[in-house]
Amino acid sequence: MNRCKIRVASPLRSYTRNAADVTGRGRTLREVLKNLDDDYPGIRFRMIDEQDNIRPHIRLFVGADEALNLDAHVGYGATVHLICALSGG
Amino acid sequence: MADTLWIGTRKGLFALRRAGGRWKLTGPQMLGHIIHHVVQDPRDPKRYVMAAKTGHLGPTVYSSSDRGKTWVESMKPPAFPKVTEPLPDGRKAKAVDVVFYVTPGHASQPGVWYAGTAPAGLFRSEDHGVSWSPVAGFNDHPMNPKWAMGIASPAGELLHSILVDPRDANHLYLSLSIGGTFESTDGGKDWAPINQGVMVQFGPETYPEWGQDPHCVTLHPKFPDRLYQQNHCGIYRLDRPGRNWTRIGDNMPKKIGDIGFPIVLHPENPDIAWVFPMDGTTVWPRTSVDGKPAVYRTANGGKTWQRQDAGFPRSQAWWTVLRQAMCRDNGKGPGLYFGTTAGEIWSSANGGARWRCLARHLPQVYSLTFAR
Repeated sequence: MNRCKIRVASPLRSYTRNAADVTGRGRTLREVLKNLDDDYPGIRFRMIDEQDNIRPHIRLFVGADEALNLDAHVGYGATVHLICALSGG
Repeated sequence: MADTLWIGTRKGLFALRRAGGRWKLTGPQMLGHIIHHVVQDPRDPKRYVMAAKTGHLGPTVYSSSDRGKTWVESMKPPAFPKVTEPLPDGRKAKAVDVVFYVTPGHASQPGVWYAGTAPAGLFRSEDHGVSWSPVAGFNDHPMNPKWAMGIASPAGELLHSILVDPRDANHLYLSLSIGGTFESTDGGKDWAPINQGVMVQFGPETYPEWGQDPHCVTLHPKFPDRLYQQNHCGIYRLDRPGRNWTRIGDNMPKKIGDIGFPIVLHPENPDIAWVFPMDGTTVWPRTSVDGKPAVYRTANGGKTWQRQDAGFPRSQAWWTVLRQAMCRDNGKGPGLYFGTTAGEIWSSANGGARWRCLARHLPQVYSLTFAR
C-alpha cells in the first residue's frame, strides 16, 4: 500500500500525541483518512462529516493541490496536508 | 463533595467550587474548545457528559468518570446515518454540526443519555456517553422533514430541552428551534407535536400545529405534569394531561415583555419559576432590557411576576443569559446561578432576592450547571 506523509494541523494533534507529521497509507484520500483513523481513533470525524463531506473549516491538500472530495489520488511518497482554515475569533 | 458550578464557555470549560462559603474559580480545561453543555449524572454523580467542538473541527462528546478531573472523547459521537441515495425533494443529507444538549436518561436506566444536535437530531447512548446512536423514531419520523424544516436560529437548528418524565422512562419531550415541542409516550419510537396555544409571530400562521421556537422547556421534577417554556414568542405554562399552553408571559410588565432564553423552576414548588427577560423588540438586540439586567420571579404559576434586580448594575449592562446558562441548586433558597454573554457568573443564595457576581472576565457563557 502506498505510503505518504501526513502533516497534521495543531488543532488535531491531540489525536496524534502532538506529532506534527505522521505516516499515512492509502491510494486515495478516503483510504488515507480511514487508515489514519485506525491509527488515531476519532480524528477523521473531526474533519469529515458522516456524509463524507469535508467540514467547512477544514482544507485537505495532496501536495500543492486542494482535494475537494475524498476520491483524490494520493501518490507514493506524497504529502497530505490536514489544514484548519481560518474560522474567526 | 463540594458544590460546583460547571461553566461551559465559547473558549473552554471552567468551574467554580464552593469551599468554606467562598467560590473559587478553576480551569480552564479544554481551552479553546466550544463547550455547549456539561451535565452531571444524578444516578452516578462521579460521571459527567460534555458536548463540545472547536471553531475548526467537527462536534463531539466527552465523558468523565472522575467528577470532571479527566475527560475521554466519545468513541462514536452523535452522527446521522450515511445517506447513499438522493433524498426526495432535493433534501440534503444531514450531518451533525453541533452537539448542543445532553441529559441523563431515566433513573431506572443507568448509563442511558440523550443528546440533541444541530441540525435537529436526537441521539441516545447506553454506555454513559461513550457511543451514540440515532433515535430513528424521531430522526426518521415520516413527519420529520416538516417538523425540522431547516430554518435555523442564529445558533443553528437546535434540538434541545430533552425531558424525561421521572415517573415513566418511555415518556419523553423534546423541542426544536425552530420546530416546536414534541412528545413521545413509547420511549422515542413515535412522536407528536404538542404546541397548542404557542404563538408564532415570525410565520404565516399564528398558531400552527408545529413550527414554534421554544428556547427552553422544562418540567417540574416533583410535579412532572407541570411544564414551562420560555419561547421566542413568550412565556408559557402547560398542565398535563391538558394540551394547551397558557401564555403566562402576558402577565409580565409590558415594558419588559416576555422574551428571553432560560427558565428555571423551584425544586419543590411548581408555582415558582424564574426567567431572565431580554430585549426582543425591533431588530432583536437580545440584551438586557434597557441595559438594566433583571430576573423576574413568579410564585403563582405565572399569574404575577416580581422583578429581582438587587445587586445587578443599575444601567449600561447590556448582557443577557443564554438558554442553558441559568440553573439552581436544591437548597432551601434555592441558590440561583447564571452566566452571561459578557462572561460573568452571578448567584443568589436566597431565591433571587439579592445577587452577587462570583466571576468576571470569562469567555461568553453557553451553559451553567450545578453539581454536588
